[in-house]
Amino acid sequence: MSAVVVTDAVKRYDAVTALDGVTITFREGELFGLLGPSGSGKTTLLRAIAGFVTLDRGQVLIDGQNVGGVPVHARNIGMMFQSYALFPHMSVAENVAFGLEVRGRPREEVARRVQEALAMVRLGGLEQRKPKQLSGGQQQRVALARALVTRPKVLLLDEPLGALDRHLRQEMQVELRRIQRQVGITTIFVTHDQEEALTLSDRIAIFDFGRVIQEGAPMEVYERPVTKFAAGFLGEANFLHGRVTSLEPGGLARVALEIGGAASCRLKGGQVGQSVLLALRPEKITLSTEGEAGMNAVRGNVLDVVFSGNSTTYRVAVGEQVMTLFRQNLSQGTVAPGSDVVLSWSSDHLVQVTP
Amino acid sequence: MTVADRRNRGTILALTGPAYLWLTATIFLPLSAMLYCSFLDKSPLVPQPASLTLRHYAAFIEKPVYQQLMLWSLELGAIVTICCLLIGYPAALALAKVIKGRWREAMFLMVVLPFWSNALVRTFSWTMVLRPGGLADQAIHVVAPGAPALNLLYSYPAVVIGLVHSYLPYMILTCYISLQAIDDSVIEAARSLGARSWALFRRVVFPMSLPGVLAGSALIFVPAVGSFMEPRILGGTKGATLGMAVEEQFTVTANWPFGAALSFLMLGAVLLICLVLYPPARKRMEGL
Repeated sequence: MSAVVVTDAVKRYDAVTALDGVTITFREGELFGLLGPSGSGKTTLLRAIAGFVTLDRGQVLIDGQNVGGVPVHARNIGMMFQSYALFPHMSVAENVAFGLEVRGRPREEVARRVQEALAMVRLGGLEQRKPKQLSGGQQQRVALARALVTRPKVLLLDEPLGALDRHLRQEMQVELRRIQRQVGITTIFVTHDQEEALTLSDRIAIFDFGRVIQEGAPMEVYERPVTKFAAGFLGEANFLHGRVTSLEPGGLARVALEIGGAASCRLKGGQVGQSVLLALRPEKITLSTEGEAGMNAVRGNVLDVVFSGNSTTYRVAVGEQVMTLFRQNLSQGTVAPGSDVVLSWSSDHLVQVTP
Repeated sequence: MTVADRRNRGTILALTGPAYLWLTATIFLPLSAMLYCSFLDKSPLVPQPASLTLRHYAAFIEKPVYQQLMLWSLELGAIVTICCLLIGYPAALALAKVIKGRWREAMFLMVVLPFWSNALVRTFSWTMVLRPGGLADQAIHVVAPGAPALNLLYSYPAVVIGLVHSYLPYMILTCYISLQAIDDSVIEAARSLGARSWALFRRVVFPMSLPGVLAGSALIFVPAVGSFMEPRILGGTKGATLGMAVEEQFTVTANWPFGAALSFLMLGAVLLICLVLYPPARKRMEGL
């Protein structure tokens, strides 16, 4: 178990800046998700920690030791690739034994630890199979056993579940979480799947253009996004433009919304007359066919309704903007397109974001 | 059989038919004719009726000189194959995993270049390089003026040099293809698991490139065993091979049946070697 600290990491490829000053502390034993669109630098960071990428500037510390000059094979990391990267000419047991054998461990110890690792990923009995004879989920488990058997300081996963179908992916998420807890290893994984990041991670960091936009526990990042990009990338959000009209003593500000109506919310500083951008999650909005527009309530007209089992998605025209909202399917039935409705929300759910 | 199956079979027949017809016409027919010829007691050129005999095969067993030639040919084939592997594999590795972009294209051109020149011209050009006072000697004297003359022409090494030059591209190309097919992430996985360069090569890269190594070896060993032109031009009396003996039977002594018998014995020996080596090779390549 080790902490990994990355400070001010910079990596440029010709005209492209893959990492533009990234600083993150990965705590001991936590499962940390790096999330972002492709080309945002998350994979470059993972590869820099592994040692496949040499940073132009900045440091990677594992256990407080700067690993800048340490080659990949000496870093004692476990890495799992999206393609699994199993050795096709070796059996399952030989694949798992590889890391121990190149370390020159005695034969009995290798055999015992291979058995333990395969039992941990529930693959006992398949030792003599070749990777080609395994299903995708089984190959995944071999890759995980192979990465963990050497007891690495840190486990790096590159899009670990990307190649699996949806059902298997959910099963492996649970499995990965269980094994990671059991071993207690600091784990860093890269994904572009926001749901995967939210489900698996203790903490996440959102990347864009080689920078960390926001870092924190999944719920914190989801509920309190700091930028428009973070709010839009992790889940869905409505963005409301407005202008501050007054500041109240309790810390709440009144904002006149561009779509009409007024809202009250908490701002980070700010002064009267300043324009602000507010994010509002679709599931936080209450839709009703009665009531009046007012504070934190606007009038609109339903454009379309999409029923999707447990919830219904409404798109509602409000002023010149279209707002999206999710409504749990309790027993109230759906509201027909064309209906006049009132959308309301609580002050707590309006989050000021930077554009 | 369903309609789809039948249509499928038709497609397969249409796609493979021309190739197999051609192979039958150009390889199987002449080869069968030659096999028949090897059992005749007179050359087909003689205008007298011939009868069947095993005499030519018996002659191979009775005359140790031909067995010796066979051994020399197999040895030459093995040496040439090993030299091609030792020289070609590192080049293929560099081309597949180190050199990128335009440089790779330029290097490939240099590899394929020998194919573009006539084999006879290529071989004779070596006589100018290897003869006493030739280009090789001159080059050495530039570096070490007092060095004795190499005198390589008409020697065994000259034959090996000529054959390696001819067949090296096969080894580079087949090894390149199988090395190129190794996913970079497999190599990265091995390094992340603690493998240094040598362990990475010995346990991952080389085993995974075995199909290319074996294909290249087979492509080189078979023609090198039967070679006659390079040994004649570059080896003189020092490079006697069974291939030369075969050629002699056809062109000098006009004993076609004996020449045919010798070439089928050679084919048999090569097939036997392949048959012995195939099962263990197949086992090692399981899963690839």
